[in-house]
Amino acid sequence: MTDSPAISVLDREGLDALVKTLTTEGRTVVGPTVRDGAVVLSELASADQLPFGWGTRVEAGHYRLIPREDGAAFAHTSGPQSWKTFLHPQREKLWSADRGADGQLSLTAEQPEQPSYAFLGVRPCDLRAIAIQDRVLTGGHYQDSGYRERRSGAFLIAAECTEPGATCFCVSMGGGPAADNGFDLALTEVVDEAGHRFLVRVGSEAGAEVLSHVPRCQADVETQTAARRAVDAARDRMGRAMPPVSLRTLMGQSLEADRWDDVADRCLTCGNCTMVCPTCFCTTTEEVTDLTGDHAERWQRWDSCFDLDFSYLHGGPVRSSPRSRYRQWLTHKLSTWYDQFDSSGCVGCGRCVTWCPVGIDITEEASALHDELEARLRLQEQAEQQERTEKVQ
Amino acid sequence: MTAPMLAVFKLASCDGCQLTLLDCEDELLALAGQVEIAHFLEASSNTRPGPYDLTLVEGSITTSADAEHIRKIRAQSRFLVTIGACATAGGIQALRNFADVEEFRRTVYARPDYIDTLATSTPVSAHVDVDFELRGCPIDRGQLLEVITAFLTGRKPDVPNHSVCFECKRRGTVCVTVAHGTPCLGPVTHAGCGAICPAYGRGCYGCFGPSGSVNLPALIPLLHRDGMDDRDTERFLHTFNAATFAEIEEKM
Ligand code: SF4
Ligand code: SF4
Ligand code: SF4
Repeated sequence: MTDSPAISVLDREGLDALVKTLTTEGRTVVGPTVRDGAVVLSELASADQLPFGWGTRVEAGHYRLIPREDGAAFAHTSGPQSWKTFLHPQREKLWSADRGADGQLSLTAEQPEQPSYAFLGVRPCDLRAIAIQDRVLTGGHYQDSGYRERRSGAFLIAAECTEPGATCFCVSMGGGPAADNGFDLALTEVVDEAGHRFLVRVGSEAGAEVLSHVPRCQADVETQTAARRAVDAARDRMGRAMPPVSLRTLMGQSLEADRWDDVADRCLTCGNCTMVCPTCFCTTTEEVTDLTGDHAERWQRWDSCFDLDFSYLHGGPVRSSPRSRYRQWLTHKLSTWYDQFDSSGCVGCGRCVTWCPVGIDITEEASALHDELEARLRLQEQAEQQERTEKVQ
Repeated sequence: MTAPMLAVFKLASCDGCQLTLLDCEDELLALAGQVEIAHFLEASSNTRPGPYDLTLVEGSITTSADAEHIRKIRAQSRFLVTIGACATAGGIQALRNFADVEEFRRTVYARPDYIDTLATSTPVSAHVDVDFELRGCPIDRGQLLEVITAFLTGRKPDVPNHSVCFECKRRGTVCVTVAHGTPCLGPVTHAGCGAICPAYGRGCYGCFGPSGSVNLPALIPLLHRDGMDDRDTERFLHTFNAATFAEIEEKM
């Protein structure tokens, strides 16, 4: 272990030095940056590319960048990508096959050298989303080796939330704006009269090692207090919340709800929600052949339960109606995910709400399903009561 | 084994889709090694008579001669693939389906009696059986090669039916509707182009026609919100795939 104190403070130069250190170690540093009117995730050559001075104003189906006077770098909410863009890329070659002159087939598994990533600015909800994808893609019998390799080599620098957006609801999903574990380093940005700085906590030996190369100060009480206050305040400023019930049970009891017809009328079945969701992991495989037919490749690419072909068996898709596809997405996310992977599939990042073109809101749908179920149970109870009264009479 | 015979025919169209075949520069030699290009007037006036193993047809049916021609082409073709919005949906010329062609004939032409045309522009599938329809205005080079390669190896082509939004997100484009308030037909449009327009900050024009799962009533309010009135919306939907979008609108 190095001499890093457990908690220290970086200034902007310190952040620059952190990126330089990681780059020098041969890592590909990925972090938020402004492109095409949004904060996207992209390879960073230096900390200067971070979205200093940019915030976001989001609503269901709506996203705008807004300038911030305080120059903060991590005061924006989730953009259209998540870290799965890098850990679980949209298209990946699995193997290739060649037919030799003698007609014999030879197979080559694709084992490229995977980049060694450093993710800068991972939100606490996204730390939890990465943990979920870890369980899905490396936790069971069928492991995604590419994912495993990229993930095990990745260095995670969390950025705690101080500016939750109007579509955020991580608190009601059992999370929150604080980063508790699963990181190598965790930053909390503080901008006040005393300056622009980042409180840094060490979460692993690798984190301590990297930090030992970065100029920093020991954390002062004021910065620690300001950081804690900002994160605590964020906890109370969530834009949305899930209904405070067991969503797992709710979904299980809502399979025949009328609400699915209502949402199906509004849903474009465009698939955006699943593509932006940091936990959605579904893929399909495509077989590619060349014109001679002597060379074939198998590629894995992102798929979505909103795609008709996703449930295509011989003769047609099993989930042909938009109702059945939306229901599949929400029920899997909030309920059957527990059966498969022992947790919810939603961390409350709000991406699916923001990036749905028509602004379908998972929290609003869950609330409506909850209301419908309550009403149904009330009616049932009344009917039973009446029956009992009639019997007595 | 002799190489399969490939033929390319055109009906009412601009030639852009068959040009896509010539545009396969890097693969053209390999292709010529696998098939015998027996009929492809855009490339060579040297033609061989059918029957053909794989026939690509560009263009829609707008005259009785076209209608006759496509039946002959079908009769000579083992596997018939239509390429492009004209052949699969009637093309931009299907705008006539919503107008009075007689009036056009009288107003536009000095000698209307020289003009022999049908009242509608229809896709090939309205006249003969089609084995595969490749969408786009124009078609995508990669998808064309995929269809030909799949035919040669006897497998189903990998041409997804989903929306342009899938391609947009996969390529990492920022959604122009959500982030800029730009009207976009991507959510109802068939993938295939690789989501080119949104990548350049413009809304999707719907060149590939309706996707496999279209909800126009859900999209139209967004187009209105983003500044299109009823007339704009109609024009937006009435371009290269006017007839197919109109069919969906009718059911609304
Ligand atoms: S919920 Fe929204 S983003 Fe998801 S498929 Fe429906 S319209 Fe698209
Ligand atoms: S379901 Fe929506 S809010 Fe939940 S993790 Fe996925 S994108 Fe985020
Ligand atoms: S820009 Fe258009 S095609 Fe792309 S995600 Fe948005 S609505 Fe869909």
